[in-house]
Amino acid sequence: MNHSVRILLKSPKFMLGAVLLLLMIGVVMIYPLINRNDPLEMIALAYQPPDSKLLLGSDNFGRDLFLELIYGIRTSLQVGLIAGVFATAIGLVIGLASGYIGGMIDNLLTAVTNIFIVIPSFVILILISVSIDSRSSFVTAAIIGITSWPWTARAVRAQTSSLRNRDHVNIAKISGYSTPRIIMYEILPYIASYVVMAFVLQMASGILAEASISMLGLGPYNTISLGIIMNWALVFEAPVAGAWWAFIPAALSIAVITFSLYMMNTGMDEIFNPKIRS
Amino acid sequence: MSAYGKYVVKKFFWYFVTLIVAIALNFLLPRMIEGNPVSVIVAQMTQGMTESDTIKRVYDTFAAEFGIDQPLHVQFFIYVKNLLTGNWGTSFGLYPKPVTEILASAIPWTIGLQLPAILVGWIIGNVLGAVAAYRKGVFDKVIFPVALFVNSIPFFTLAIIMLYAFALTLKWFPMHGGYDYQMIPSLSWEFIGSVLRHHTLPFLSIVLVTIGGQAIGMREMSIYELNSDYVLYSKLLGIRDSRIARYVFRNAMLPQITGLALSIGTMVGGSLICEIVFSYPGIGTWMFTAIRQLDYPLISGCTLLIALAVLLANFTIDLIYGWIDPRIKAAQMEDQ
Repeated sequence: MNHSVRILLKSPKFMLGAVLLLLMIGVVMIYPLINRNDPLEMIALAYQPPDSKLLLGSDNFGRDLFLELIYGIRTSLQVGLIAGVFATAIGLVIGLASGYIGGMIDNLLTAVTNIFIVIPSFVILILISVSIDSRSSFVTAAIIGITSWPWTARAVRAQTSSLRNRDHVNIAKISGYSTPRIIMYEILPYIASYVVMAFVLQMASGILAEASISMLGLGPYNTISLGIIMNWALVFEAPVAGAWWAFIPAALSIAVITFSLYMMNTGMDEIFNPKIRS
Repeated sequence: MSAYGKYVVKKFFWYFVTLIVAIALNFLLPRMIEGNPVSVIVAQMTQGMTESDTIKRVYDTFAAEFGIDQPLHVQFFIYVKNLLTGNWGTSFGLYPKPVTEILASAIPWTIGLQLPAILVGWIIGNVLGAVAAYRKGVFDKVIFPVALFVNSIPFFTLAIIMLYAFALTLKWFPMHGGYDYQMIPSLSWEFIGSVLRHHTLPFLSIVLVTIGGQAIGMREMSIYELNSDYVLYSKLLGIRDSRIARYVFRNAMLPQITGLALSIGTMVGGSLICEIVFSYPGIGTWMFTAIRQLDYPLISGCTLLIALAVLLANFTIDLIYGWIDPRIKAAQMEDQ
């Protein structure tokens, strides 16, 4: 494990992504401690352009957009993290169960996975969000996670079912180890790198999913996320008002977060799959 | 039966099952609204209405439409029967317009925007990815990071930035809508020109993001293929480079086709939000309006239509895949 971490630190792509992400996390953790104002407080006129006092100007309600952006990035990162954990955990359990147990259970779970890969998770996300009245950011994140597990499940299943018949697993079986123990010590270490990579990707797509659903007006209540900032900008016609500061910084923040996660993923991919190194 | 026939039948069966699951989800999830959905809806509909007779009539209409007094499975059959007979409900927002009428007016716009955009983006992306992998060097060093960054920009972000840069600041293209609103749709050059001008920006924003994602995938697949034994062997045999490139391209292409099938749902979702940014008169913009007005029948009509379209697209890609995948052809020849 230490060895692979050391190789990772040498990958410029991974490091670029990781440093960008950590930098962003650092800023959104520290800035609210310095500027203790409430991001929802109206302190200026509508759509005031950026100046030395309001770094990114104000939105349609006259709120400090820079402060909103900081809180937005924080919510979006949290949502991505929670969605990633949910999606990876569900995908891992289903993938392991169907790959390791095999037989009928495998057929059933694979069928379910394939069905949910084809039905767009976007649609299910809208249907659930419309039906739930009070959505906190945690609930939104959980729904995103619950609708995006099939990718991980499919990848984990493929890996597990090829590992299942390897010699070391057979020896463990003959030695009378229990199934959970075999999965824990003989299977998981081999797919750990895939799972970490899947988690990073799920986190990125979770952030994108939150932004999309919030743009539609189905985002979490009582909070600020990057998608919600964009939704406000669209609903209150910021582009027509020429207020680029109301949506471009939020849009770019989403791009930078996903870019850094994709970079980390590509860096890891090149290390764990030497075949695709150019 | 030929191998391809068997393949088609098997695929058809699975897509049919998936279709039923999609319809069931579309039926069940909105019914999770706490309490009686009809009374929730009627309460929203009749806000401000005072006449209790009218309210009761509205309630009865919806109760009958939802079959609310029946058990759940009977409701489901009523729902499916209504869907099949083209009765998708009545819009609340544009009462009493039927949902199907609104959707029918939106479909040509959405298909006209998304189908060409996704195909063009997919083709250009694959060619660029293959070239980047093959040429390596500077070309790869430039294309790859750019593609990676473009790919991490969500569809609608690029759309908003393009809207701001090209429509608002430079005023090269119109800001919103599908055509100039003072025009009456007709088959004149003027109207077609107007449609095309409105089409350009949303089209480009979808194409660019699609190119990014596809180029990355194709580059990875091509590098993987270029490192494989058959390429080395062909090189040692002295086969011309262009020929090897063709082998590699064909091999790397197959997973890309599967990839298109798997990501089409996400792409369609992203493009729908792109429509909202440009107020393009397609399904996405209608869904945005419907959500803001809590127009449940229209929302569920949109989601069902999107699910159907994605299923159909997937099924088509699967059929094409089965037709060109040499392994399925090989099985066919063995049978004969």
